[in-house]
Amino acid sequence: MAVKLLGIWQSPFVLRVKLALSLKGVEYEYIEDDILNKSSMLLQYNPVYKKVPVLVHNGKPMAESLVILEYIDEIWKNHPLLPEDPFEKARSRFWAKFVDDKFVPMIIRMLRITSDQKDNAAKETREILKTLEGSLDPNKPFPEDKSLSFMDIAIVWVGYYTQMLEKMLDVKLLDDENTPLLNTWFRVVLNLQVIKECLPPFDKLLTHYTNFHERHTTAS
Amino acid sequence: MGKSCEIKLLGTAPSHFVNRVQFVLNLKSIEYEFIDENLNCKSELLLTSNPVHKKVPVLIHANKPPILESLIIIEYLDEVYHDIHPILPSDPLERAHNRFWANYIDTKYFPLFEELRRTPGIEGKKEVKKQLDEASELLEEVFVKSSNGKAYFGGDDVGYIDVVLGCFLAWIKFVEKLNKFKIFDEVRTPKLLEWTNRIWSHEALKDAICGSEALTNHYAMLQIKKP
Repeated sequence: MAVKLLGIWQSPFVLRVKLALSLKGVEYEYIEDDILNKSSMLLQYNPVYKKVPVLVHNGKPMAESLVILEYIDEIWKNHPLLPEDPFEKARSRFWAKFVDDKFVPMIIRMLRITSDQKDNAAKETREILKTLEGSLDPNKPFPEDKSLSFMDIAIVWVGYYTQMLEKMLDVKLLDDENTPLLNTWFRVVLNLQVIKECLPPFDKLLTHYTNFHERHTTAS
Repeated sequence: MGKSCEIKLLGTAPSHFVNRVQFVLNLKSIEYEFIDENLNCKSELLLTSNPVHKKVPVLIHANKPPILESLIIIEYLDEVYHDIHPILPSDPLERAHNRFWANYIDTKYFPLFEELRRTPGIEGKKEVKKQLDEASELLEEVFVKSSNGKAYFGGDDVGYIDVVLGCFLAWIKFVEKLNKFKIFDEVRTPKLLEWTNRIWSHEALKDAICGSEALTNHYAMLQIKKP
């Protein structure tokens, strides 16, 4: 097939690419890689980082989820993901980058957090989420399947994985007092058909990361 | 609104992220007002323009809200002033490669220099230098592929990667002098070495890069504040 996506089921970065391809109705072959035993295909296509997602279009590979999203938006013109206005584009890119720069290191930390560090880390996560809430316009209607944008795709996984962390660590991260608009936004968007179809199963994700957390916090 | 609208750039001279934006503004012959920020005493304008990160550069274009993050600012300028000296190529695949390598330079290459600064002792620094050498050799390959025999990463003239990496040259030269070693040399990275001479003397970059005194002071400040 002209479009191949190398991924792993639990990756939120792969999710972003799946959402973009799905919204644009692009047919693709999904190839599940093994994080513990990386395929030669992955090593050949992404020798720099050896990570998924990798999109291969007509034999040409590319990596980094936000770079891939921009490429998809430039090749397939239907259902534009980025706004036309350069300023609004800049704004979308800023918030996508914010999630990668601030939330991703936080989630990586949380997945290895010991019980004595948990509350502090949870507090910092709530602050990051509060800042992220600032990206939302309270006067704008919530997105629907047909209006999902670059920014929505870049951000939506944060809600899902945060819910998973809350259950896993028994902490409060998304609360209606701290981030009422963001919570509602996540609730609505995570319930959209096209999003639900691409999300990994919640229980599977929870089990996977609970095991990960145990492995990384238990003294050997 | 016409393109003669006022552009303000909040920044500091030793910041290569700020220099990048200046380089692009110069390449596109865009007039702008430079507002020099003292990062030890951030202005009200900076704090309100960038409440999220409180960092420079910040671009303010006419009466629009501020635009943040150097690479995002560059893409914005490239879209608004697309007919003067395009920075990114027009082909989507090439754009993807340019963005990928800019991201690599910012998230992998530059942090190695910071690690070098913060690593005490010669042996420790040697280890970091090894990683730097590998990364520089990777960038040599990128240059060879990207330039396709021409003068710059962007081909005949300065492009995105030239801007991203080129603005860091002042720091590279500073680090080379301080540590008495070479980052780019004739054996491992011959093409990049030639490129550094070319870009260092580019008209549009010359007045975007600060002198070594400012870098020395900035380095000394970093040693104190982030040892």
